[in-house]
Amino acid sequence: MMKLSLGPILWFWSKQSVFEFYAKAAEWPVETIYLGEAVCSRRRELKPDDWLDLARELKACGKDVVLSTLTLIESEADLRRLRRFCEQDEFLVEANDQSALQVAIRNRIPFITGPSMNIYNTASLKILARQGLQGWNLPVELGKETLEQLIRELKTEDLDLPAEVFSWGFLPLAWSSRCFTARHYNLPKDNCEFRCLEHPDGMELRTRESQELFRINGISTLSGSRYDLMRELPEMERIGVSTVRLSPEHQGMDEVVKRFDQVRRGDVPATDPLQLVEAPPCNGYWYGKPGMDLVTY
Amino acid sequence: MELVCPAGSLPALKTAVDNGADAVYLGFRDSTNARQFAGLNFNDKRAAEGIAYAHGKGARVFCAINTYPQPQGWSQWTAAVDRAARLGVDAVILADMGLLDYAANRYPDLPRHLSVQGSATSYEALQFYKDNFGIRRAVLPRVLSLDQVKGVARHSPVELEVFAFGSLCIMAEGRCYLSSYLTDESPNSKGACSPAKAVRWEETADGGLESRLNDVLIDRYARGEPAGYPTLCKGRFEVEGDIYHAIEEPVSLNTLDLLPELKALGISAVKIEGRQRSPAYIADVARTWRQALDRLGQGPEFAVDPAWQSTLAGLSEGGLTTLGAYHRKWK
Repeated sequence: MMKLSLGPILWFWSKQSVFEFYAKAAEWPVETIYLGEAVCSRRRELKPDDWLDLARELKACGKDVVLSTLTLIESEADLRRLRRFCEQDEFLVEANDQSALQVAIRNRIPFITGPSMNIYNTASLKILARQGLQGWNLPVELGKETLEQLIRELKTEDLDLPAEVFSWGFLPLAWSSRCFTARHYNLPKDNCEFRCLEHPDGMELRTRESQELFRINGISTLSGSRYDLMRELPEMERIGVSTVRLSPEHQGMDEVVKRFDQVRRGDVPATDPLQLVEAPPCNGYWYGKPGMDLVTY
Repeated sequence: MELVCPAGSLPALKTAVDNGADAVYLGFRDSTNARQFAGLNFNDKRAAEGIAYAHGKGARVFCAINTYPQPQGWSQWTAAVDRAARLGVDAVILADMGLLDYAANRYPDLPRHLSVQGSATSYEALQFYKDNFGIRRAVLPRVLSLDQVKGVARHSPVELEVFAFGSLCIMAEGRCYLSSYLTDESPNSKGACSPAKAVRWEETADGGLESRLNDVLIDRYARGEPAGYPTLCKGRFEVEGDIYHAIEEPVSLNTLDLLPELKALGISAVKIEGRQRSPAYIADVARTWRQALDRLGQGPEFAVDPAWQSTLAGLSEGGLTTLGAYHRKWK
């Protein structure tokens, strides 16, 4: 059976919200939980030690915990925080940037690559497999055809590298040195007043025809539609996907996890739609089409 | 500091060399490079001619093979590396780990530069690419501020090249999937951002213009208002009732003012963006930057000539220039 994972929280939530969320998640049928700030270096509601404490608690609850690193590393301070995660040996690390790869490899810390690491071919996986790679995430813009071929090639090479697929949530699509939330409020990034805290699901960016195009989330830009591969779970299992990643949202997550769990166990048909928080669904990337497309059949 | 200029065609290459480029960079006519435009780039014959021309005038040629090959395209990308080596380019500019590994093993003597698409924003990341693939030089993403470039340069294990002039990507390059979210092409997968095939212009009822990308409304212009190419991050969108350039203004990067600082940091080369630009554009930009670099080389009394700035301003997108992310305020 495929595993379910909770990706790192991509939004900025208060410390209390984060603790409450994971207190509940400890009870959910997910096998793996990714912890850490993967988006903005200014988000420090939780310090590295807070994350590590949380990681130990979740581990005690039977979860596999992975520590996620920042996606865009820009300063010495970012590197210092990164080293806190890549120089411990209690937990696996999710490397979201080549800096994390380097530090993890140097310290012989086993790691997996996150969806923002550009793994597009088997040759790239082979290089990392020699240096501690334990698993990898498919980049969000890649789909079924490429994934199937990669898994087949890995088998041929006799490489056991579990593949994880971002399967539910707003897709992380871009990272910038600039902050779009701060820009919206006419604030300089370095004095942003942490306005992201007011937007636990980001800010909707629409076209002038009211099409939900993106979600602004600090320095990152996410999809305006929610990626949803629930219907594809049987196909993902057939291809050989190991882990199905669900991206945390502050409402309704228990329902999402429950439904994905039922579908992977075959208790509920994959085609039974999940009625949730309003946002248009999309699945185009999986079919090699524009990511925002919704392929129905 | 070396001046590295874009060559989207043979005439552009010759123009760049004639106007003072120390090196030019080019790509093949397919999706193996990050500027896949119709009618642009080189086949082997034109590339050979360009390389001979450049070498004859003492300039070097770099070949960009800086998109990310998927299994279905793997052999096409390795063949591109083979072609570049056979043609005798002076370096290949690569981003993908697999391809870097291929080039390092197959052509150990052919210098490898890390493309900006490789997303290396720290000296640790640069060390990763150096340890694994022996890169000689890296092009830094345009997201870094000058202070951050300084931090990277101080500990960098390789030569650094920074963007000096041209279009401004405000997202960390190599990790931006916005284009494939709207269309089916991205810089990583197809070497295209906001591809022309997906662009549609429409006149509005009141004589204005609308630009669309795969039917998505990117911008709407009043009658007579200057309209720009609908690069998706440069449109006007609505956020909580405000309509504005919610991601980025249509402006260009210009670092002329920063030259002395870049030199002091030990930056090896400045790079001009724009393989999609005309030879006339390349001529003006290359000549201006050549003059600036020559002046810089003459001593510490560097001052930007107003004539340079006005030439460059006239060539910039939206007629504007900015110091981009090298100066770290949001606006």
